[in-house]
Order: sequence, then C-alpha cells, then structure tokens
Amino acid sequence: MMSYEFLVASAIGVLVAGGIYLTLRARTFQVVLGLTLFSYAVNLFLFASGRLVLDRPPIWEKGVTQYTDPLPQALVLTAIVITFGMTAFVVILALRSYLETGSDHVDGEKVPCSGDELSAGKGE
Amino acid sequence: MANALTLYLLVALPFIAALLIALAGPAARGVHAGIAGAASGAGLLLLATLAGPVIGAGAVPSASVSWVPSLGLALTLMVDPLGWMFAGLILGIGLLVVIFAHFYLHEGEATARFFASLMLFQGAMLGIVLAGNVLLLLVFWELTSLSSFLLIGFWQHKAEGREGARMALAVTGGGGLALIGGMVLLGTVAGSFDLATILERGAQVQGSPLYPVILALILVGCFTKSAQFPFHFWLPHAMAAPTPVSAYLHSATMVKAGVFLLARLWPVLAGTEAYALIVSTTGLVTMIFAALVALFRHDLKSILAYSTISQLGLLVMLLGFSREMAVVAAVLHILNHAAFKAALFMAAGIVDHETGTRDIRRLGGLAKAMPVTALVATLAAASMAGLPPLGGFISKEMMLYETPEIALFGPAWVVPALATIGAAFSVAYSLRFAWQLFFGRPRDPEPFARAHDPAAGMWAPSALLTLLAVLLGLVPMALAAPLVGAVTHAVTGAPTPEFELGLWHGVNIALILSTIAVAAGALLVWRHARLLASWERVRHLDAKRIFESAIAFADKWVRKFYVATHEPSLQRMLLATFAAVVVLVLDGALAGGGAITGARPGIPAPLPAVIAWGLLIAAVAAVINDARQRLRVLIYVSVIGLVTSLAFVRFSAPDLALTQISVEVVTILLLLLALNLLPKAPPVLSSAARRWRDGALAVVGGLLVGGISWAMLTREPGASISAFHLANAKPGGGGTNVVNVILVDFRAFDTLGEIIVLGIAGLAIFALLDTAARGASGARLARWQEDMPHSPEQHPMMFVMASRIALPLALTVGIYLFLRGHNQPGGGFIAALVIAIAFLLQYLAAGYDWSDRRRRFGEHQMIATGVLVAMATGIGAMLLGSNFLTSAFGYFHLPVIGEFELASAMLFDTGVFLTVFGAVTLALAQLSHIAQRAARAYAAARAAEEAR
Repeated sequence: MMSYEFLVASAIGVLVAGGIYLTLRARTFQVVLGLTLFSYAVNLFLFASGRLVLDRPPIWEKGVTQYTDPLPQALVLTAIVITFGMTAFVVILALRSYLETGSDHVDGEKVPCSGDELSAGKGE
Repeated sequence: MANALTLYLLVALPFIAALLIALAGPAARGVHAGIAGAASGAGLLLLATLAGPVIGAGAVPSASVSWVPSLGLALTLMVDPLGWMFAGLILGIGLLVVIFAHFYLHEGEATARFFASLMLFQGAMLGIVLAGNVLLLLVFWELTSLSSFLLIGFWQHKAEGREGARMALAVTGGGGLALIGGMVLLGTVAGSFDLATILERGAQVQGSPLYPVILALILVGCFTKSAQFPFHFWLPHAMAAPTPVSAYLHSATMVKAGVFLLARLWPVLAGTEAYALIVSTTGLVTMIFAALVALFRHDLKSILAYSTISQLGLLVMLLGFSREMAVVAAVLHILNHAAFKAALFMAAGIVDHETGTRDIRRLGGLAKAMPVTALVATLAAASMAGLPPLGGFISKEMMLYETPEIALFGPAWVVPALATIGAAFSVAYSLRFAWQLFFGRPRDPEPFARAHDPAAGMWAPSALLTLLAVLLGLVPMALAAPLVGAVTHAVTGAPTPEFELGLWHGVNIALILSTIAVAAGALLVWRHARLLASWERVRHLDAKRIFESAIAFADKWVRKFYVATHEPSLQRMLLATFAAVVVLVLDGALAGGGAITGARPGIPAPLPAVIAWGLLIAAVAAVINDARQRLRVLIYVSVIGLVTSLAFVRFSAPDLALTQISVEVVTILLLLLALNLLPKAPPVLSSAARRWRDGALAVVGGLLVGGISWAMLTREPGASISAFHLANAKPGGGGTNVVNVILVDFRAFDTLGEIIVLGIAGLAIFALLDTAARGASGARLARWQEDMPHSPEQHPMMFVMASRIALPLALTVGIYLFLRGHNQPGGGFIAALVIAIAFLLQYLAAGYDWSDRRRRFGEHQMIATGVLVAMATGIGAMLLGSNFLTSAFGYFHLPVIGEFELASAMLFDTGVFLTVFGAVTLALAQLSHIAQRAARAYAAARAAEEAR
C-alpha cells in the first residue's frame, strides 16, 4: 500500500484540495497561498508524468543506458521559476490593491482588515 | 540570382521607405514626400528592367524562400504580365499621388504618418500582385485592409474619417476572413499553396465537391474589396480620406485588388455556369445601380466614388463573361480607368483645395477661373463617359460588342440592353460632372471668387494621367496592345485571340449601342434637374445607418452576454470554474470505466519517506487551519517546499531539487516582506456554510486529481521524444546534463520565452511598487503601524557579519554551479537564484539603505541585457546558417587547466542567468525599499510622539 506512487499521488491530491479551498477564500493573501499550493501540485504532477525512478538522474555517463525521463524535468524546472514570478507578481498586486483601497478583499469590498480596526469601529 | 534580388527589392522598397519616413519623424514634409517619391521611382525603374523579359519574351521571373514549410507558406514572388501591369499602375500612380499629396497637404499636418502609411499600403499592394504563394497573398491582402484603415482615417479629428475607416476595415476585413477560408480550401483541394501550381489545376478544383464553397468564399473576399453590390457602401464613406488617398485607393489599387484576384484566379475559378452567373450578375447590377446613384450625388468625391463602384462593376461583369475577348476588354479598361479616375480624383481635390467646397450645387462655370484644371478634368470625364477619341471609348465599345454573345438571362437582347442602360448612366454622370462643374454660370459667387488654377506641381500629375487617357484612345495599338495581349494571356492561360484596338471598326452593333448610350446620357443630363427632384422625393435606404444599427445591435447583445456570464466576483467565478471542471472530470472518469490502478509495479517506500509525506500532509492542513496567522503559515509553506525538494532528490531530479530549494528561499523572503505590510491576522469573512461548501468541493477535487495521478503513476508511459534527447545531448548539444541541454538547446526557444515572462514580471512588480508611494496608497503607507514585536537590535551584528562572509562564498558556489551546469546539475537558473539569495541576505541583514548604496548593477539593464544576449545567441546561429538557437560547441586545450569545452549554449545560459537574477533582485529589492520607507515613517512618527 505504502508505495512511493501512492505517497506522491495522495500528496498531489491533498495539495490540490488545499489549493481549491484557499483560492476560494475572500482575502488576497489566502488566495496567494492557495495558488502556491496549486503550483506545488501542478509541478509535482508534471514531474510525475515522467514516472518515479530512483537513482537514475538524467546525467549522461559512459556505459549507462537507463535514465529517468529528462523532458518533464526540464519543463518543471522552468515552471518552478515561472511560478516564483507569478507568485511574486500576484503578491505585489495584492499588496498594491490593499494599499490603494485599504481592503484586502479579492473583490475590493470594504471589510475589516484587523482586530484593531474592528474595535476602533472604523477602518478606511 | 539578380532576378530574385530585383523581385524582393521591388516589394521591400516601399516598406523600407515607410520605415525611413517614420524615422525621419519631425523633418519637413518635403523630406517625407521625397523619400516616398524616390522609393516609388526606384520601384518603377526596377519594374522597367523587367519589361523586356516579362512582356516581350514572356518569361515569368520568380523567386522563392521557404517561410513556414509545414504550412506550405513560402515567400514566393513572381512577375507575370498581369502582376507587371498592376505593379506598374501601383508604382506609377503612386509616384504621381506622392507628388500631388506633397502640394495638397498643408505644412504642419502629420505628413510623416501620411507618407509612411501610404508607402505601407503601396508595399502591401505590390505584395498582392507579385505574390506567388496564395498564403503570402493573404498576408498582404490583410495588410492592405489595415494600411487603408490608417489612410482613410488619416484625419483623426474628423468623426466621419474615423467612421469611414472603421466601416472600410469591417467590410474589407470581414471579406478578408472569408477569403482566408476560400484560399485555404483552394490550396487544400489543389494540393499546393503555390500559385503557379494552383493555376494549372483548374480542372481538379472545379471537379471537387468543395468548388461551390471555395467560389463563394473567394468571391465574398473579392466583392467586398472591390465594393460590389451589396458590399459597396463602405467606399463612399471612405471618401472622408484626404483626396490623394482617394485618388490612389480608388483608381488603381485597393478596390482593384478584388478585380485583380478575380483575374488572377480566372483559370481556376472561371468557366463554370455558377461563376458566370454570379460574377456577371453582380457586376451588372453594381454597374447600373451605382451609376444611377452617382447621377444624383452632390459631393464631387461622392460622385466619383459611385462612378468607381459602377466601373468596378463593369470590370467584374467582363471577367464574369468568361470569354477571352471580354478579358481583353477588361484589361484595357483597367488601364483606362486607372488613368482617368486618378486624374478626376486629383481634379476634385484641386477644386476642393482652391474653392473650399466639393458641393457641385455651389460650383459651376469654373472653366473661366481655372482653365487648366477644367481642360484636364473634362478630357478625363470624357474618357470615363466613353466618348471618342479617348481610351474609355475603345474599352466600352469592346464591352458592348461582347454583350450579345452572353445568353445569361434568357433572350439574347437582355444583356446588351442592360449594359447599354449602364453605359447611358455612365455617360450621364460623367457629362454632368464636367458640365455642372466647369460650364454654365457660377451658382455661388463665393467659392467662384476664390477659384484659380493651382501650382503646376499639383495639376501636372493629373494632366499626365489625362494625357495617357487620350493617347490610349489615339494610338492604342502602339501604346497598349502588346501589354494587353500579354496580360490577357497571363489571365486566361490560353492563347490570346486576335484583337484590334481602334476607334473605328465600321458600323457594327457596338457602335450602335454606344451611340444610343451617349444620346440617352445626354438626354439625362439635359433633364437632370427634373430627375433630381423626383429622385429626392423617394426615401432611400441609408446603408450607413443600417451598418451602424447592426454594429450597435451586436454590441448590445455581446454586452448583455458578458454581463450575464461574468460575475464581478472572483470567488464566484472561481467556484463556478472549479465546480465545472470537477463535474466534467467526474463525468469523464465515470464514463471511462475500468480500474483506476494500472499494472505498473510500485516502488515500496521506506519509513523516512512516509514521515516526510506525513509532514507535507500536516503542513497543508496547518496552512488551511491557520491561514490567517500569516507569519506561522509561511513556516508551514516552507515545510511543503522542503518535502517537495526532497522528493525531487529522491526521484533522480537533482536540478529540480536545487531549483526548488532556492526558489523556496526567495519566495519565503518575498512573502515575509509583503506580509510586513499586509494586515496580519484579519477576522474570518466567510460563513460556516460557505466554508463547508468550499471544503466539500476541495475534497472532491483533491480526490479526483489524486486519483488521476495514481492512475498515471501505475501505468507505463507512452512513447515519447525523451529517448531522442538522451541520445543526442552529448553528441548534438555537447553536454552530459540532459536537462540543461534541453533548456539551453533543444527547447531553448521555450526558455527564451520563459525568461522574457520572468523579466516582464520583474518589471511589472517594479512599476506597481515604484508608484505605490504616491496618492492614496502612499498615504496609507505613511500611516502603516508596526504590529509585531521587533528585536531592539535592528541589524544584529552576528547576522550582518555572517551574511557578509557568506557573500563571496555564495558567489563562488553560484559561478561553480553555472559553469558546470552543462554537464552536472546546475546552470543559469540555479546559479542566478543562489547568487540572488546571497545579495538579498545583505538587504535582510544590513538593511535596504546600506546595501543599496553599495549596489553597482542595474536590475533593469540586467533583465534587458539577458534577453538580448539570449536572442543574440539564437540569431548568431541563424547567421551561421543553422536554425534559431542551434548551439555550437568545441573542445579547447589550455596549458594548466587542460581540456575544456566552450559552447554557445553557455552564452545563452548567461542570458538566462542575467534575466533571472535581474528579475528576482528587482522584485525583492523594490519591495524591501517600500517596506523600509514605511518603517522609517513609523519610527519618525513614534519619535515625534515621544518628544511631545
């Protein structure tokens, strides 16, 4: 039961579930977290499409004939870097929209943003 | 080959001129006109060198360079007599129009834009008539639609100019879409997109069941471009353009493109009953209808616009007749029409320019005030009327002579009768144009008082064209017969029939019909006032209003649909998207049947792996549970990242592990900085029911994706191209790290795109943050309050020192990773991230100010340099004759170091390195800059408070 395949597949499933739940939340930071979880899941899934292979890195050596699939790795490598670019952009977008409107709600609704403001009665 | 160079230069010249004019920018209009004129003149000379071989010897020079071979698209150019004639018209009239426009446009108008657009248009037209590949022809066809849009709407401040341009673009662009469909089908049926090949396969195309579809689509394209009924309405509105544009677009070029294409594809499309019926009828109806409307227009350019539509109808009808002699008449008439119509448009422009109005009801008797213009325009109008001894007479006679042979609508007299009616209307509007404009008494003293002949440079082009129209009548055999014969042969592909161009062929049916037409036309002009009164009593359909209400209708419904389907809420949109995907995947999974688990044996997992897995699951749960405790959440996220990196290590992906771990560090740094400015622990917003609903959806979605992953992992992979990469990495790419070779060689184009995206993200972040200090955002930033306990020591000595010592070490590691990347795990991406982290550590430890003062590199420049270096590597490969981004490598020997390898891929990887490093540091440094500002403002406020 506890094969590597099961561990990876279930981890992808859990990450996706977390991603869906968090991206459906109302605050920008939670959505960013959700996207991050999604990214892990997607990168793992793409990587797994080359199947799980132990100790056969795609580094060419004389006499070695068996390697793991290098193509998904190349795709995922750039995907990881792009994920960073996207996350950074979304975070900054969220930050700017919060600074601009005083609300960190994804639809820009006026909502209390911290306990202090709630007790003070008024935010922005 | 000299020929190939001539051909490519011929088409390229106008585009080069457009670029030069645009670059000349604010120079005087003389410079702009000079460049345009020189390009047209040079083009004419080039074309003249081809006259001997093409017209005389019947050669068809062609040249071809493959462009997108998989689509059958090639940069094929060919000059046959048909293309040669049209190219001559485009360049010759283009040159005259440039001269005319130089005098017509006022100093201070945007002449650079005007002449650049004009040259763009000229190049596009030349491309259409010289293209030897139908797909290439389509490219130029679209380009004429676009560039004519710019020309028609040249006077951007005029609403009618903008509307006319939009209408022209909508109609001709829409027709262009149909044409694309038609051409692609045609090429598919004919088995080639090469024009010469297609022209030989007429029987194959006409025998295909797709022939009616091809015919209909191509005809829609031709008819919209050539303003045939019922697509004619855009042309009169295009008259809002400056007159030089009208003279160019509507005499020899834009609208003739449709006629040209009909002629071009004659051997493939013509000869069937459907073709003859549709094309002749459309032409005939257009000819009569537009001639009638022209008779009752008052704006000079509008009269000419409808006369153009009518004349185009005549040409289309002649081609529709599908007879060789009719083609001879059509070719001759194309020459005639180009000459007299361009001359007339210029004359109308002169009248407008010198009197200030184009309303024929306010003009009259201008022959006294502007004799030269009057002489030129009257002769040109006489040619349009088809009066002897002018060129128009000969082609109209030939047309009338052909009509009794055409038995389209039952009795043989129907076509001649209708053609005579059309001819009578043409006589009428031509005579009225000349008569009411130049003769009789002035109807309005005010414009008449102003009127005078313009400078010679303005009337000379028009006079030259009129002279041509006269000579085409007086010495047609010497001037036009060889060309017409050669062009006819090029159109039909059959031997040209014997023909004799002349004014007098004895008394025959054509002369009788022609006389009737002239008499009837004269009668119509004599009775014009009364006819006009009854015409104006009838309400006419306003094509413009119909067009606009159709647009408004479409706009309204698109808007309704948009509002109905696009909730302005991200949460609801996402919920709908997720739910829809879950339902679709579930449906697919249930329909597929079969077992989830495949036959591929699994690898048993040892205990440490299970523990790591457990950590990941727990971290995800903690992230969800604690999503609002933002600082703590970051720790959980980094646990997930670490476990992912471990997985990459375990499953033979050292490069991925290195990338993941360094990206992880950068991401956490970024989130930490951003969190500092975002609210820390906001209250819960969603109701419990909503959270349960989302949770349920998340569980189902997670199960599905997990199931898919499981199904995939327990099955053997299909055949892939990976074996190729493994086999060729070393011999072809010169590197043993296959992943890196894929990134910088096999799929370097992807990588290039990705670093560009990353660079853009970095710049966008900079733009978002650079302006954050202003306005409402700046005010909020200034009021930012520290809400977390801080260490009293802002920059701990231990941390500062450690990070400074780490910097050179990290640099060394980065360079090492970079250099060995081609053969061992590493490379540009990873090296850039490692070095970026080392620099970011300085910001973190010693503060933004300290680090920024010591910074000696500009991130913006690094991003740009990186992309440029990567591109230059690719272009370098092209210059050496390989494909874009093909890498080259060699082994060298250095005395001390020994054997080592240099690959162009290393240069590409340098580009990757620079861009990634620039983007990452730009984003984080800018963010820390903003955070620092906020902190300083807060500290200052606190200090002020304490002082009080």
